[in-house]
Amino acid sequence: MLDSKSHPNRLGIWGWLGGGRWGVERYLYTLHRLTGLGLLAYFLLHIVVTSGRAFSAAAWTRAMSQVSGPFFKVGEYLVFLAFCFHAINGIRLGLVELGFAVGKPIEPVYPYRTSVDVQRPLALAALAVAFVLAVIGTISMWSD
Amino acid sequence: MMRDQKLWAWHLIAGAVILVLLGVHMLTMHMEGVIRIQSLNPASVEHVDKDRVPQTRDQKSDEEDIHPIDWANVRARGVRTLYMASYIFLLGAALFHGLYGLRNILFELNPAVWLRKTLSALLLLLGLGLFVYGAWAAVMARAIARAWKA
Amino acid sequence: MSTKFENISYRIRRFDPERDTAPHWEEYRVPYTPGMTVLEGLWKVKELHSPTLAWRSSCRMGVCGSCGMLINGKPRLACNTQIAELSSDTVVVAPLPNFDIVRDLVPELAPMFASHQALMPYVIREDVEEREHPTNEFFQSAHELEHYLQFTYCIKCGCCMAACPTFATDALYSGPMPLGQAHRYNSDTRDGGFAARKQMLVGEPGPWRCHYAGECSRVCPKGVDPAKAIQLMKRELVFDYLGLHKTKCPANVAGKPTDGKRRDNIPEAPPHTV
Ligand code: FES
Repeated sequence: MLDSKSHPNRLGIWGWLGGGRWGVERYLYTLHRLTGLGLLAYFLLHIVVTSGRAFSAAAWTRAMSQVSGPFFKVGEYLVFLAFCFHAINGIRLGLVELGFAVGKPIEPVYPYRTSVDVQRPLALAALAVAFVLAVIGTISMWSD
Repeated sequence: MMRDQKLWAWHLIAGAVILVLLGVHMLTMHMEGVIRIQSLNPASVEHVDKDRVPQTRDQKSDEEDIHPIDWANVRARGVRTLYMASYIFLLGAALFHGLYGLRNILFELNPAVWLRKTLSALLLLLGLGLFVYGAWAAVMARAIARAWKA
Repeated sequence: MSTKFENISYRIRRFDPERDTAPHWEEYRVPYTPGMTVLEGLWKVKELHSPTLAWRSSCRMGVCGSCGMLINGKPRLACNTQIAELSSDTVVVAPLPNFDIVRDLVPELAPMFASHQALMPYVIREDVEEREHPTNEFFQSAHELEHYLQFTYCIKCGCCMAACPTFATDALYSGPMPLGQAHRYNSDTRDGGFAARKQMLVGEPGPWRCHYAGECSRVCPKGVDPAKAIQLMKRELVFDYLGLHKTKCPANVAGKPTDGKRRDNIPEAPPHTV
């Protein structure tokens, strides 16, 4: 390899978020990451908080009252929305990443129809189901 | 070397487990206003059946409403061994799925080899620690719930 | 639509390792003729404004894979991209991201080829003698050919690597091109190298850092669909872990036809000259 002073040109985190005219799956990928991180953060706290029930009934009630109020309610609601998306999109990813929803290898004939197009209906269906779940949950959580 | 083939396969399996168990969990906690399943929130239903003549939710006053997270329900769920077991199972699956996902993201930031090793070890410790704590809590809660009943 | 303009602007990211510490943008105007490709425009820039402008290209017909560049925000082949299809009178050209810049629009593709080579993109068989000095062809049905044919169209231009979000940060990840090519050989019935390639694929260089953002397949100028290859590869490897992977014996050497007879009206071949 020739010895040149080449200039590094990796996109870095900007490359994760996109930064061009990308397709819907790119945004789903980003959203899956963000919701995953959010859910994990919530879950770790959740373990600590709910483990209060190991001490006594009073400890449980105290723990629950500490995490009540509008701030936590809104937070919990966001976690619920994240869950709806992450779970349903996760089903899609499971199917796709095990090669079940990407189609068989084909002869590429222009205009190319790639696996991304093959799984697109699934992606849209996942979004629709996640949306419906989110609506049901919203009604349930905010109705009383 | 941590083998991603193995870890990723388990990441997927854990995801499927979470999907089922957390689905039930979410049904219990958040869909209560829409679907009320007696076995999930036993106290809510007992309360409605015993203390009052048949009624709709709207007729109840707030202080009488027993929420899924009220101790009565937590106790009623907690006494059952199946519940305790599924809590522990869910705890393990979710910790693995979440922490492996985090490890994935962190590793994609291309950390140095020593940092990779440290991160793996830290995440493993965190996961094991929380698993033991959470599992212990589920076991203890069952004991308390039983004592309460007696 | 864009045939109405007579001139077109080129915004080009320039970098001269001898003089510059960082890349910078320069703008040029060149005459536009209908049917002009981005590559032809670059030649015009070189001819009319900046003789030092450097890029790689060779076949100018989307076959050699030299001219991958970031054109108006998307990795594409300069020779395969009509200026008219960009729907803009400014062509913005930068070197393919995720590779070091050697000079101007020339990316350093060596790391990509190193990962490619590490995944053994060739037929591996135990009968080395037959492989190196074949006595006849290997059996393969037309149907079996279809399992990998799509992936053979790869021209190694690196557009997929430039579009991949994981490869934007993770240097240990092999990337779509090398993984797609590894799968091309894994799914070739003549090949028996799954176990050998698996040594690499189970770890960091493997397909596990792919989360199906789908970009590689979207930008591939040849319709190779590396994302499809990577997901199919994941299935094979997960099945392998679960003990469900069917190990195939590489296809046998086809026997020589025995009862064929030469037709009378075919003349003998002339004698060898070398
Ligand atoms: S010059 Fe050969 S692919 Fe563009």
